[in-house]
Amino acid sequence: MSVARTQAIALQGLHGAIVEVEADISDGLPGFLLIGLPDASLGEARDRVRAAAANSGCPLPSRKLTVNMSPASLRKHGSSFDLSIAVAALAAGDLVSAASIRSVVHIGELGLDGRLRPVDGILPSVLGAARAGATTVMVPSANVDEASLVPDVRVVGVASLRDAAIWHGGDFEPEAVEALTRPATEAVDEADLDLADVIGNRAAVEGMIVAASGGHHMLMVGPPGAGKTMLAARLPGLLPDLDIDQALEVSSVRSLSGLPVQALLSRRPPFESPHHSCSAAALVGGGHAIMRPGAVTRASGGVLFLDEAPEFAAAVLDGLRQPLESGSIVIQRTHGSATWPARCQLVLAANPCPCGEYGSRDVACSCSPFQRRRYLGKLSGPLIDRIDIQLRVSRIDSAQFRQATEPLGGQITTAEARSRVVAARDRQRRRWEGTPWRLNSEVPGSRLRSGDLRLATADTEVLDRALEGGALTMRGYDRVLRLAWTVADLDAAERPTREHVGAALALRRAL
Amino acid sequence: MTEDRTHSSPDRGSSPDRGSRLELGAAGEEIAAEYLRECGYRVLARNWRCPEGEIDIVVADDDWVVVVEVKTRSSHAAGHPFESVTPTKLARLRRLTGAWARENPREGSRLRVDAVAVTVAGTAPPTVEHLENVA
Repeated sequence: MSVARTQAIALQGLHGAIVEVEADISDGLPGFLLIGLPDASLGEARDRVRAAAANSGCPLPSRKLTVNMSPASLRKHGSSFDLSIAVAALAAGDLVSAASIRSVVHIGELGLDGRLRPVDGILPSVLGAARAGATTVMVPSANVDEASLVPDVRVVGVASLRDAAIWHGGDFEPEAVEALTRPATEAVDEADLDLADVIGNRAAVEGMIVAASGGHHMLMVGPPGAGKTMLAARLPGLLPDLDIDQALEVSSVRSLSGLPVQALLSRRPPFESPHHSCSAAALVGGGHAIMRPGAVTRASGGVLFLDEAPEFAAAVLDGLRQPLESGSIVIQRTHGSATWPARCQLVLAANPCPCGEYGSRDVACSCSPFQRRRYLGKLSGPLIDRIDIQLRVSRIDSAQFRQATEPLGGQITTAEARSRVVAARDRQRRRWEGTPWRLNSEVPGSRLRSGDLRLATADTEVLDRALEGGALTMRGYDRVLRLAWTVADLDAAERPTREHVGAALALRRAL
Repeated sequence: MTEDRTHSSPDRGSSPDRGSRLELGAAGEEIAAEYLRECGYRVLARNWRCPEGEIDIVVADDDWVVVVEVKTRSSHAAGHPFESVTPTKLARLRRLTGAWARENPREGSRLRVDAVAVTVAGTAPPTVEHLENVA
């Protein structure tokens, strides 16, 4: 009878902190005390652990058992501590080796029969363990694939508490159990969404390639049926593969959100399109006792698409301003805060007016000028200001349709577009090497107007005129400059020319 | 299970096993008393009753007066004997201890409550476990 220690992980946002779990068995009437700021769901671990231990044939000693989780000031929630509590208790009772459990991080929820259930958030937990220096992590066998995505960590998968006890030197006969698994989910095949499916709208397609290259936010305004949603859904396909850190972050967020994580680390950028009825907490993250990431975090590294943007509540949309600016979101609640990444590319789609027909060639708009003004006015100035590309999308006419359905109709495929995007991003990476920026959209305007990056007056003439005439604000001026650099990068040009600046200005003509 | 008579469930008294359960409890208390004597305690009382309930055994050494709760089981199938010493029962034991001390004052002695678990499994020699100062 002694004290035994092991380790577990408490997640705060995406950050996994090591928690020491220590168990003490002392002479006293049988009891199970769980201390160290557990919440209600963790408090229930007492009963799960006792039943699971008894039913897996390695019952806890009938003595007073005290389990402490430190740091005690850190609030702990959820069921993923079950396994660490159980092995610490078994080690305190000399049923398994206390030395063996000491340096292993244990994550897993116990069923009453002693089998281990998979838990959410395995990937960020194991990442947190690895960053804290842990070398071995024990997880439920259904989580092994996900945990193995983390490099340089030995992952031990166990199906039951009995297996875990045997691995730690417990003197028990192995007993084969059917491991609990998660229902398999079908992966959505992104390859099905090809840019070549988009008929007509060459300007919009080009605009989207610019958006993908420079990481620019985008607004599309057009009548219903113009293909705004279709275009937006194809934007993630244009983005290059994520690097390993980004990919781990994307999968960590998926894991934390309870979404399935594939055995092979997905390198593709995520795509999120919340419905316009969504709340501020659903969009940016939040929650009461357990904080959950919102759509802006799930889209981090990829695309956040808000269809029918003016239908979103104004306060919800404005909640996006700060995360778009800083690339992360900090959610504060009374019992703590969580920080999540929010580096997403925002794509908004809107009808030009409530009836949707304003400006279209075939149907007359039935809205009053006031209605029209108020409709797009719902997109607040500060938000629109952050959107570099503002495009008009129109319905295609029969001539365009005929042209497109003929062979060699001139559609750009996703593969072609992506190779252009990758090349443009390479140029940006070389240019911004040694700076905190990677993409043109992240570079402040003052940098583009100074030093060696300052463009010749002859090249920016069209811009200067727009600024003087009041068609462009100073902030808008900077946005066009940024776009001009991206357009030049796509053209493999060293610096933006007059034509590139003109093309960039044309990408801001929607409103 | 002698001490549970006042709190027995309705069907308990009519159960055909009642006699053998009482015998098991009495045997357990006898084994416990013998064990405590071997440990150097003097037995002051057995099955001491008052309106609050009943104390199984009261023992004493030079410093302590000890109220002992005895739990006897023939197997651990329904859990360890100590597991049936609930907080409610401990509260009653504390009250009983006070009642004993009022009626049997002893200068210079301190009071405590112990629990003794006796397991009588078949023909094997009974095992005795003793926890001090549980309440």
